[in-house]
Amino acid sequence: MAVDPRQKIGSVVLTATLAALAVAAVTPLLGGSGMDYARLWRGESPDWEIFVNLRVPRTLLAFLAGAALSVAGALYQAILREALATPSSLGVTAAAALGAVGAIALGSGEETGFPVVWAAALVGSGAVIAFVAALGRVKRFTAFTLLLTGIALSGICTALILLLHSLAGITRSFQIAHWLMGGIDAVEYSVLGWLAGAIALGTWWSIRQARVLNVLMLGEAWAAGRGVDCRRVTWQGFAVGAMLVGSVTAVTGPIGFVGLIVPHLLRRMLGSDYRLLIPVCWLGGGAFLVVCDAISRSILAPVEIPVGVTTALLGGPFFVWLLWSR
Amino acid sequence: MIRLVLDGLEFAYPGGKPVLRGIDAVAEKPALIGIIGPNGAGKSTLLDLIAGHRVPSAGRCTLEGRAIHEIERAALCRQIAHVPQLVPAEVPLTVEEVILTGRLPHGRGLFENEEDQAAMERAITRTHLEAFRGRRFGALSGGEKQRVLLAAAVCQSAPIILLDEPSAHLDPENEAAMWELLRELQQAGHLILVVTHHLTLAAQHCDRIWLLEQGRLAADAVPCEAFEPARLERVFRVPFHWHQSAEGRVFLTYGR
Repeated sequence: MAVDPRQKIGSVVLTATLAALAVAAVTPLLGGSGMDYARLWRGESPDWEIFVNLRVPRTLLAFLAGAALSVAGALYQAILREALATPSSLGVTAAAALGAVGAIALGSGEETGFPVVWAAALVGSGAVIAFVAALGRVKRFTAFTLLLTGIALSGICTALILLLHSLAGITRSFQIAHWLMGGIDAVEYSVLGWLAGAIALGTWWSIRQARVLNVLMLGEAWAAGRGVDCRRVTWQGFAVGAMLVGSVTAVTGPIGFVGLIVPHLLRRMLGSDYRLLIPVCWLGGGAFLVVCDAISRSILAPVEIPVGVTTALLGGPFFVWLLWSR
Repeated sequence: MIRLVLDGLEFAYPGGKPVLRGIDAVAEKPALIGIIGPNGAGKSTLLDLIAGHRVPSAGRCTLEGRAIHEIERAALCRQIAHVPQLVPAEVPLTVEEVILTGRLPHGRGLFENEEDQAAMERAITRTHLEAFRGRRFGALSGGEKQRVLLAAAVCQSAPIILLDEPSAHLDPENEAAMWELLRELQQAGHLILVVTHHLTLAAQHCDRIWLLEQGRLAADAVPCEAFEPARLERVFRVPFHWHQSAEGRVFLTYGR
């Protein structure tokens, strides 16, 4: 008899949870500027305030962003049965970025507020999904066609972002440039709360569909014969992925490669059962981006490099290796 | 008693020529029915309609008096298990995991229950896959993969099983084993509809033949009647001949 999947999944998820908690507990203590741990322990200023108001929310943001991007990547790879499907390669990240940049560039007042940027990013990522859905109604497409379409859409979105950037005034131009670098900054706990809610919703849906995603590995014809409404699952999955990516991108700016690296590494280590892969991607992706953020703020301290740079420098070679090892 | 009725069944793709025209037939379990016809005759489309994947342009396809395309999808899959012609070759699942996919119509919970596990054990025993249960599906041969897919269909616990060319690309040993397995399932009480190009094996194993000719049902009869050489020559546009071996086995040959 095979090992009961409940036991295997339970023990792996528990181990991953403990590892992720350990990473999340240690990394707020690391950083470019030194911290007096004795003062922090006693709750004295300014170390306590730095820890609570800067380091902890930053770690939580990195964790939530990494978790959401990883789950979105695993979701797209499952739905399209294509290893190279990621939020970036499908154009979802660029579209969310275009929406956010549009809100920043065209907004009124000194600086565009978070709710507006968030809504605009969701509109951007949702527009890509609606566009692809409209194409899908006209003609059936392959995963390869969808990836090429995503690359084309990314190019168009990038061009429009550059156009908006060049037309924006100096203040907004700076805000756009800063946002585009893809960074993890300390944000208010209320923002983290909204983000956590959106990500929990998307992750919950993904876990609920994990058995269906497993069946989809055998192709749409097989899944249809097991009672799966493939069309509905596909578009719901796209929409959930867009919601996850759009929500994260609104806060952090575009961060690439997380949705590629984490699901693939974990798939190679733990297999392709999505009942295990989705929760472990959530934990592993969160821990991965927390570590990347710690590296970004420590390696050239006191200068901080955007976390998108770190993930790209790790993800670029990984992407090439993935292409050549298939 | 499970009763599948095709009543004036027609199908055409939007803006296209009719693929199926005026199909009338009845199937009751247990039976092993071969669906035979040239390429493009509408065999796979007919299976798709019976599986509820497509909606008829006209006529009805009913199961126990209910139009199939109106039955809720999971409920339909508890009655009809469809094994399509192609699944991806590289599926990163074990044989057991693939077989358990057949339990999805019985519940969408995150984990399979004891009943699902028992159904899997029965399917493995019935399809003689005990030695393969822990192996990776992607590492199996074509014949072994077909057996695993058939096991998943058995695990689905549906009284009707539809198979689209299950013995295509199999060597004679695996092909013979597949047909013997289908016969065993028929004897266990299933209604099996199998699309095939192997007329001799169909004649040997099937109870009835549905012979399709350009979307029409040219014959719905026992094999020796359906495979009347003049009819086969008209349908396939090549002469057919029945032969009998010294041991008394009959077989079909074709060609000029």
